[in-house]
Amino acid sequence: MSTSETEYLEGKASEEYEHGWSTDIESETTPKGLSEDIVRYISDRKNEPEWLLDWRLKAYEYFTDLLESGHYPDWAHLDYERPDFQDMHYFSAPKDKANYESLDEVPQEILDTFERLGIPLEEQKALTGVAVDAVMDSVSVATTFKEKLKEKGVIFKSFGEAARDHPVIVRQHLGSVVPYTDNLYAALNSAVFSDGSFVYVPEGVECPMELSTYFRMNEKGTGQFERTLIVAEPGAYVSYLEGCTAPMRKETQLHAAVVELIAHEDSEIKYSTIQNWYPGDEEGNGGIYNLVTKRGICKGDNSKISWTQLETGSAVTQKYPSVILAGDDTVGEFYSVAFTKGHQQADTGTKMQHIGKDTKSTIISKGISADVADNSYRGLVKVGKNADDARNFSQCDSMLLGPDCGAHTYPYIESANPSAQIEHEATTSKVGEDQMFYCHQRGLGEEEALKLIVNGFCKEILQELPMEFAVEAKELLAIELEGSVG
Amino acid sequence: MALLEIENLHAGVEDEDIKILNGVDLTLDTGQLHAIMGPNGSGKSTLAAVLAGREEYEVLEGEILFQGEDLLELEPEERAEEGIFLAFQYPVELPGVSMTNFLKEAVNSVREARGQDELSSADFLKYMREKASLVDIDADLTKRSVNEGFSGGEKKRNEIFQLAMLQPKLAILDETDSGLDIDALQNVSNGVNKLWNEERGFLVITHYERILQYITPDRVHVMLDGEIVHSGDQELAHKLEEKGYDWIREEAAAAAA
Repeated sequence: MSTSETEYLEGKASEEYEHGWSTDIESETTPKGLSEDIVRYISDRKNEPEWLLDWRLKAYEYFTDLLESGHYPDWAHLDYERPDFQDMHYFSAPKDKANYESLDEVPQEILDTFERLGIPLEEQKALTGVAVDAVMDSVSVATTFKEKLKEKGVIFKSFGEAARDHPVIVRQHLGSVVPYTDNLYAALNSAVFSDGSFVYVPEGVECPMELSTYFRMNEKGTGQFERTLIVAEPGAYVSYLEGCTAPMRKETQLHAAVVELIAHEDSEIKYSTIQNWYPGDEEGNGGIYNLVTKRGICKGDNSKISWTQLETGSAVTQKYPSVILAGDDTVGEFYSVAFTKGHQQADTGTKMQHIGKDTKSTIISKGISADVADNSYRGLVKVGKNADDARNFSQCDSMLLGPDCGAHTYPYIESANPSAQIEHEATTSKVGEDQMFYCHQRGLGEEEALKLIVNGFCKEILQELPMEFAVEAKELLAIELEGSVG
Repeated sequence: MALLEIENLHAGVEDEDIKILNGVDLTLDTGQLHAIMGPNGSGKSTLAAVLAGREEYEVLEGEILFQGEDLLELEPEERAEEGIFLAFQYPVELPGVSMTNFLKEAVNSVREARGQDELSSADFLKYMREKASLVDIDADLTKRSVNEGFSGGEKKRNEIFQLAMLQPKLAILDETDSGLDIDALQNVSNGVNKLWNEERGFLVITHYERILQYITPDRVHVMLDGEIVHSGDQELAHKLEEKGYDWIREEAAAAAA
């Protein structure tokens, strides 16, 4: 790569994080550290039923055991210090009130925050037809479109509310896809999760709008542990969008979320994510540790779960949104763009577990690395012995934007059924001088050229996003690529 | 004032001690079409690359004036904006980037630099259809990714289409005729003839006299070992086709001695 190109790409590292600021809201925060008392406190603050507290306590116990026996999930191609679990806060809530009935009750600072993030709730309500369940730190700030959803019988609530209002459904499904015994961070989340969303779409109902949650971490040194549970009854359809950004912080922040999706017969769940959390500074200090467990189960025949993600933020990302294809004729999809620059590291991919007959999975992963960032795809395709005629197609493409970054692909295939058809394709390319020069010769500068090439590379994935997200996603990629072009 | 004036141009590959151009002199006026011929490795494509501003080539000596301005001061994209267009010998694939999107960015970038308004989407599409029909290419091509999966002929024709879209002052064709069948060659030649006018100069780099049966150059230059050693009219091209380059080589050696 020529000097000026390298300089340009290096220049990108010096960009400051766009959303690097924080709101001044008085917060009520638990003292640092984790104990049974903290777990009880969180449950109490959320007025939870007894069974949920018991579940949390079991998860806490399990977490403690794993920690004591040193069971860290540190097998990924990531290099970072283990979080000190006694050195962080586990709950924080705006002081005056824990929940809001309507937007009028929401403090102005919070509304301003969302405004600055480009998510004015008022406007969204009127213009976009997207229901927004905004999570600021641990407490749900506002939920819109509730009435419209209610008509159809769709439940879209903060997790805390749902646990109180719909204990039977929540209890039946909570931990059924990601049990607290799954891994260290799933156990931690189960013990201390403080909010998140719950979605229930009844039989035969197509959710009338895209559901969106906007998570945002805003409390110094606070880990955010949200929990999302989506249940689609037979024949139901729902598309859920999750978008994230966080303010600049010096301390490392842990984000350990759990997402569980349950798709019954003939239903479909589409889950889309844009993750743009603070990635740390130029030297690689600070930034979010994004260690997340996301999994869905296609429980009934003919059901479908589709994950689409655009990961551009966080210092460290480790997540594998997965699908258990339990029913016959079920479909699992994973579409991912992971963009790492500066000192960012990402180890992401998916697991497709074929159990039912005639199950089908598609994996398309695009990794882009710049500066000294490291980007790994890790995926498992597992075909059980009864999964006759299972099919998988995997494609993993990596793009390197400089001489010092890394791209790695770790595909694992385990097939116990000889009728399975599994295809894997992988490519690694450098944004070539030839491509850049071709664009320059047509009058395009460094930035324009790179945007075009990177957007082209990601096209297959971006078009999987719902329309309003696709535009945002393109813009986000463009912002990521922008630098100090001299 | 000439459109392009190249004076005593010496150039080589950056970072390597290879000299390719050894004192090229060439003057091209607006409205003229010059052909540059020569055997493999004589420096024709290097000259095209240096004119377009490719970074791995280093200019060691001499100067290039484009409309009287020092061309070597400009970045490749600035040269494009000033009106230099290179039809690539090997057009590059840009996976996932649609021709429409690519050309819209390119046309508007060039228009902006020339003080023209950006074209709206509707005006752009209309403009694109006009130009596609002018150079007789299938409009479906504009829906595909840039050069991805194009046949050799399609890639070359696509270069001519881009030339039509970008309206340059100087068009450099780097062996655009190589590897074309007779139909594609005629198509490319027709395109060039339609786009060649009083406002525009052409530099057509070729191995073969074949294309010059369809396009009549004002001058034909022969390049040998990084120098233009002989210039003439179209007759020269015919003579080269018949006799090869040896006689020129001998002539040049004699002149040097």
